[in-house]
Amino acid sequence: MIIPRLALKNLLGAGLRTWLNVVVLSLSFVAIIWSQGLYRGMGDQASQAMIEAELGGGQYWQPDYDPLDPLTLQDAHGLIPDALQQMIEQGQATPILITQATIYPNGRMISIRMKGVDPDQNIISLPSYFLKAENDEIPALIGTRMAKSTGLKVGDSVTVRWRDAQGTFDARDVTIVQVMRTNVQTIDQGQIWIPIKTMQELTLMENEASLVVISKDAAGGGSIANWVFKDLDFLLQDVKALVRSKSLGASILYVVLILLAMLAIFNTQVLSIFRRKKEMGTMMSLGFTRFQVIQLFTLEGALHGVLAAIVAAIYGLPLLIWFSKTGWAMPRSVDSYGFAIGEKLFPTYSAGLVLGTTILVLVITTIVSFLPTRKIAKLKPTDALRGRIS
Amino acid sequence: MEDNILIKTKELVKIYPMGQTQIKALNHVNLDFKAGEFAGLVGPSGSGKTTLLNIVGSLDSPTEGSAEVMGEKIEELSHNQAARLRNQHIGFIFQTFNLLPVYTAFENVEFPLLLLGNSADERKKKVMQALEWVGLSDRAKSKPAQLSGGESQRVAIARAVVKKPGIILADEPTANLDAKNSHHILQTMERLNQELGTTFIFATHDEKVIRYLQRKITLVDGKVAKDERFENPVGKGEGQ
Repeated sequence: MIIPRLALKNLLGAGLRTWLNVVVLSLSFVAIIWSQGLYRGMGDQASQAMIEAELGGGQYWQPDYDPLDPLTLQDAHGLIPDALQQMIEQGQATPILITQATIYPNGRMISIRMKGVDPDQNIISLPSYFLKAENDEIPALIGTRMAKSTGLKVGDSVTVRWRDAQGTFDARDVTIVQVMRTNVQTIDQGQIWIPIKTMQELTLMENEASLVVISKDAAGGGSIANWVFKDLDFLLQDVKALVRSKSLGASILYVVLILLAMLAIFNTQVLSIFRRKKEMGTMMSLGFTRFQVIQLFTLEGALHGVLAAIVAAIYGLPLLIWFSKTGWAMPRSVDSYGFAIGEKLFPTYSAGLVLGTTILVLVITTIVSFLPTRKIAKLKPTDALRGRIS
Repeated sequence: MEDNILIKTKELVKIYPMGQTQIKALNHVNLDFKAGEFAGLVGPSGSGKTTLLNIVGSLDSPTEGSAEVMGEKIEELSHNQAARLRNQHIGFIFQTFNLLPVYTAFENVEFPLLLLGNSADERKKKVMQALEWVGLSDRAKSKPAQLSGGESQRVAIARAVVKKPGIILADEPTANLDAKNSHHILQTMERLNQELGTTFIFATHDEKVIRYLQRKITLVDGKVAKDERFENPVGKGEGQ
């Protein structure tokens, strides 16, 4: 225990130089945990919002349905299999019918997806109850982003044109009954929601759907009459990949911070080894071996990491907890991120993140501390006492 | 150890490479030191005093010949064995005191005992006793920066004697001290030599030190030029 004791004593004895290194390193600690927590929170929030508003407990897709290929949408519909129909009747699922369409707001032509949803459904949080028809008009629901890009508002009529099941073009006016505010862009941008029954009639797709969303409590899996079940892992993979790519960009921040801290520690170590040669010689004359001197100096450097973890815990822990409770108000520009975040972002931290970051920083600090000490291995006690290094 | 001989050098040669040439710092030195000696290596700069002290102190190894210290052959010791020999049997006193700057006087004196694995109680007792020997028990908590040159060297002496080693090697111990402090230091060492029976070997060309020596070995160009013994050194009583 003599070496840790001496290392700590030496480190604290170095005063301001130690504390400057420790503060910079502790900033890295907090910045890594904070930024990773932020992206983790972003991923969790985006996933949760999409589950609530669009994905439910998973989806059964009609065999031809491919959301990434608009050209296939024309044929991506089919009769709802009996088993799924049964789930729908039991309130455990809701069908969605999707087709390509064109709207003509204010003399412009915009390509959209027209989606049919049951106004009485409560499987997803989409406010479909606005689509309960009170007159002959076809009610339509759009999101705020769609309203902004098309200039449509509640009460406006807009002409929608589509091709029915037999390939014939047809068109009708729909009335915007509600502009919904949602974080989930995938139920908003470029989409118009109308009652599914109306849509089935207009498109001659009686009792048909493109997909069936099951409730979070229902168990899905396998395939039903060729309708393939897509679980949440599959449905959220794009969001997770997007969050990963965003967090990778943020890593630059903490890589720079870590490099800065490591540079300071490396510099301190190199400086120590050059300035404290006489001290090393004295220690050797008192009975220290070279290996013990290397251990002492490496540990001194590595203890920067331990002190930084303690300092980071002192000011970082309350800061991070406060942040996770109050959240971070998001600017409007985050809409362009491509996934649901919400007005406030709440970072989430896990024990793994904190532990992983601590171990990472401690390992890097130890390596950086050890590298300059290799010179000591060749140091002769007589040279050290004279203040020379070989 | 025959006839109480602690240190024995035989045809000791030390050669330092200096660019293309070589410098013979020690040239076939044959010397014996018995337990309890108060001896000094004197001579001009470059005569080989410090080199001989370093070899005897197992900080360096000879190029040729042999140096036997407390029964151990220096030339055969590994780095770790040499470190152990220094830790257990040899104390050093340096010209520039070489106190560890972040430690207090107490901690500096305690350092060799930590390496020896002494218990905390044992360490405290020995350190306070060593500080009392050198008259600095009231400065135990002071850091080197708060001590005068004389006090620093007394702490260094306490550090050297705290483990009661067989040999203390002092390289120009008074070179950075004024006359009064030099005498004080020398009297302290002389007293420790007499009370503890510790062998002191100095490397010096300070007249004040030389006057305290019981044995004066004059080195010239790495060779023993003269080896004199004094029954009653003349330094005693000076500086008071």
